[in-house]
Amino acid sequence: MSQNTMNLKVKVWRQKNANAQGAFVTYDVAGISDEMSFLEMMDILNERLITEGGDPVAFDHDCREGICGMCSMYINGKPHGPWQANTTCQLHMRAFKDGETIVIEPWRANSFPIVKDLTVDRSAFDRIIQAGGYISVNTGNAVDGNSLPIEKQNADDAFAAAMCIGCGACVAACKNSSAMLFLSAKVSHLALLPQGAPERKSRVLNMVAQMDKEGFGSCTNTGACEATCPKEISIANIARLNKEYLGASLSAE
Amino acid sequence: MLDAKIPSGNLDDKWVDYKGHCKLVNPANKRKMEVIIVGTGLAGASAAASMAELGYKVKAFCFQDSPRRAHSIAAQGGINAAKNYQNDGDSIFRLFYDTIKGGDYRSREANVHRLAEVSTNIIDQCVAQGVPFAREYGGLLSNRSFGGTQVQRTFYAAGQTGQQLLIGAYQALERQVALGNVTMHTRHEMLDIVKIDGKAKGIIARNLITGELEKHFGHAVLICSGGYGNVYYLSTNAMGSNVTAAWKAHKQGAYFANPCFTQIHPTCIPVSGDHQSKLTLMSESLRNDGRIWVPKNVGETRKANDIPEAERDYFLERRYPAFGNLVPRDVASRAAKERCDAGFGVGTSKQAVYLDYAAAIERYGKIEVSKQGLSNVSSEQIIAMGKEVVKEKYGNLFNMYSKITGENPYEVPMRIYPAVHYTMGGLWVDYELQTTVPGLYALGEANFSDHGANRLGASALMQGLADGYFVAPYTVGNNLADEIYNAAIPTSHPAFEEAAKKVAERIASLKNINGKQSAESFHKRLGKIIWNECGMSRNEAGLKQAIADLQALKKEFWSDLRIPGEINEYNPELDKANRVADFIELGELMCVDALAREESCGGHFREEYQTPEGEALRDDEKFMYVAAWENKGAHEWQLHKEALKYDVIKPSQRNYK
Repeated sequence: MSQNTMNLKVKVWRQKNANAQGAFVTYDVAGISDEMSFLEMMDILNERLITEGGDPVAFDHDCREGICGMCSMYINGKPHGPWQANTTCQLHMRAFKDGETIVIEPWRANSFPIVKDLTVDRSAFDRIIQAGGYISVNTGNAVDGNSLPIEKQNADDAFAAAMCIGCGACVAACKNSSAMLFLSAKVSHLALLPQGAPERKSRVLNMVAQMDKEGFGSCTNTGACEATCPKEISIANIARLNKEYLGASLSAE
Repeated sequence: MLDAKIPSGNLDDKWVDYKGHCKLVNPANKRKMEVIIVGTGLAGASAAASMAELGYKVKAFCFQDSPRRAHSIAAQGGINAAKNYQNDGDSIFRLFYDTIKGGDYRSREANVHRLAEVSTNIIDQCVAQGVPFAREYGGLLSNRSFGGTQVQRTFYAAGQTGQQLLIGAYQALERQVALGNVTMHTRHEMLDIVKIDGKAKGIIARNLITGELEKHFGHAVLICSGGYGNVYYLSTNAMGSNVTAAWKAHKQGAYFANPCFTQIHPTCIPVSGDHQSKLTLMSESLRNDGRIWVPKNVGETRKANDIPEAERDYFLERRYPAFGNLVPRDVASRAAKERCDAGFGVGTSKQAVYLDYAAAIERYGKIEVSKQGLSNVSSEQIIAMGKEVVKEKYGNLFNMYSKITGENPYEVPMRIYPAVHYTMGGLWVDYELQTTVPGLYALGEANFSDHGANRLGASALMQGLADGYFVAPYTVGNNLADEIYNAAIPTSHPAFEEAAKKVAERIASLKNINGKQSAESFHKRLGKIIWNECGMSRNEAGLKQAIADLQALKKEFWSDLRIPGEINEYNPELDKANRVADFIELGELMCVDALAREESCGGHFREEYQTPEGEALRDDEKFMYVAAWENKGAHEWQLHKEALKYDVIKPSQRNYK
């Protein structure tokens, strides 16, 4: 529990707005404790920039406990940084060494336009959900929760897929900027449950169509998405998505 | 005295009768009615989806980049419902009773009973939406226990129950967006309520990307913006969670009720240093199996695992044998503070206690051995099997702990300390969830209504969804039925122009201070004042000092704040400054309320009022009321009281021994 302090350089992507030209700017950050979180290190940098009369680095963050999916930094060439199964906000400074230069970029994908600096627009994900990522049941129409037993394995698999936090790291990691892991997680979650069965075919067709419309790239099975996913969503979901899609396409009117 | 408009009749019949007799709006008229919903957590998203399904035109607002990110998502442990699937004696009455008792007899019977009634519908609704709750091998829903109860009524999805419930509500909301029934405004912050003829008729919202101020009309406005725990700076709330929408409503005439009722959660990861930006909760579900202890010796220097059993003080089991480690949150937090203040704390800061899983690991290991019918098993094998079971139940929480602290909780006890987690206080609402401003409603954590002076675990999710799915659609409709003759008001109306002008002026004056200190640095100082004087324990002298300090802080804020960047652009520092300004004012009201309430109850512990054993000492004669504060200008509030009548339950001193 003893604290070590370090002095670091951070090389950050600065871009005033969506239309401006961006560039890297390097800052020194001194006296960083290894017990700090990565975002607390960014807070210290920003506090200094404000008191010096500069412009703080804009970045998305909210819950700071790895569940809201808001934080999104591409750190030293990896979405969410060096730790496995981790979000940026849960990354701690003991992952770095004194004197190191840390390179921080936003998610880079045409479908996630930059808002400012490290903040991007991920509304494309909401529109994919709007295309069918739900079960059509109005409030008040439900039967007793235990009237529909669900095999534990299916319930567990559905939960594992539903753990997706919609952060977009899968897209940022993919050389094609494909959103297949995100989409497959939602399709799997709902397809594995009996409640999702009635809309199974239309759901997968409509969601894939929307994904294509948003301009996300194709999947070439490199597995970069699975390797970087903070919630360890399995690439097996993409296989299930392909099966669902093929089945729905063959039997569609 | 305030009138909560509680329907007459037997407690069991009130809500059924209300629903049977409330006014309805026919489908053709619903299409013409516009409803504004601020916040898209469990309360907001469920209300937006349900109101849109009914046919109202809904406009929803959130400050995050997507409604799916609201802080309800971080709730870990579970959601209560009186299903009695475990056949262990649960019922609507028992959930109602536990909630009233847990709240230390400072909540409203009729509201809490309604909450218990609709709790069962919530589970059904969520299952129908595809929320993947934990299940048993037979395929049926699984339950666990939580603090302050003796039955197993908590439904859960590993340690991510809030996430799964919110995703369910979010998907229902996005479905309505796709159908054109909801217009979703992300990255927007509500900065004022627009009132016309005394009624709430719309809002002024700032587009956080462009800085532009927008005017939105609504026949009704629903505030679903969550609690105000971030007034303490360090809390388990998300960084963006704020009181601004609720505070603007308060400034426009909505009374603010019981602001001093705040919840300090006993099991959080302790503060590690001044750099700390937020605190992380370790779910209350961990108290199901973990044992909480401190060393029996002051100034103990040995490592936790080297301290023999006989020299450990399991202080919750010692003080509260009937409930043990599962006492309510306020009781557990105070007991931990008492031990640390007495010098028994652990870790470098000495502001922590141990949460130990060694006994649970061994117990589960032995169960596995007998399940598998093994014999001649070594103790190492038992421990290994036990760890697997614990991993399945709590793996994600243990991972989170080790990421933050760098320690392995399977091997050494976790260190925990209480932290601000939830606020029971909020906008005063009547039975219909309507504030003192007609047409303005508050749902979920933003209102004060159901948890009294202390909330029981797994009840926040229940209340948010109860309000949004099952209460507001009826009660808001009952009032909208009278609005069908009133056409939508164009936002060119002078009231909108005037409100927008005032908001623009305030933003400009904040920006023009051009001082030296950041909003963040003011927020940290605010947090320290409130935590020290209006935190886990309060006293008269401290509260008076805090009020003076906060007034001075407010002055300094308005003369030395620096906001970088421009007004008409994406400017998170400007957003933060706006929120901190409101938090400082709220902090003062919290202290005013805590000072006026000369008793201890639930999360509000006044040092002057305690039993010889150090338990909270209520004063039912003088303080069995809701304190609802009306804003009367800078630093001035008038107290209005709503008497609490207990027709069914007889208040007594809470006893968890």
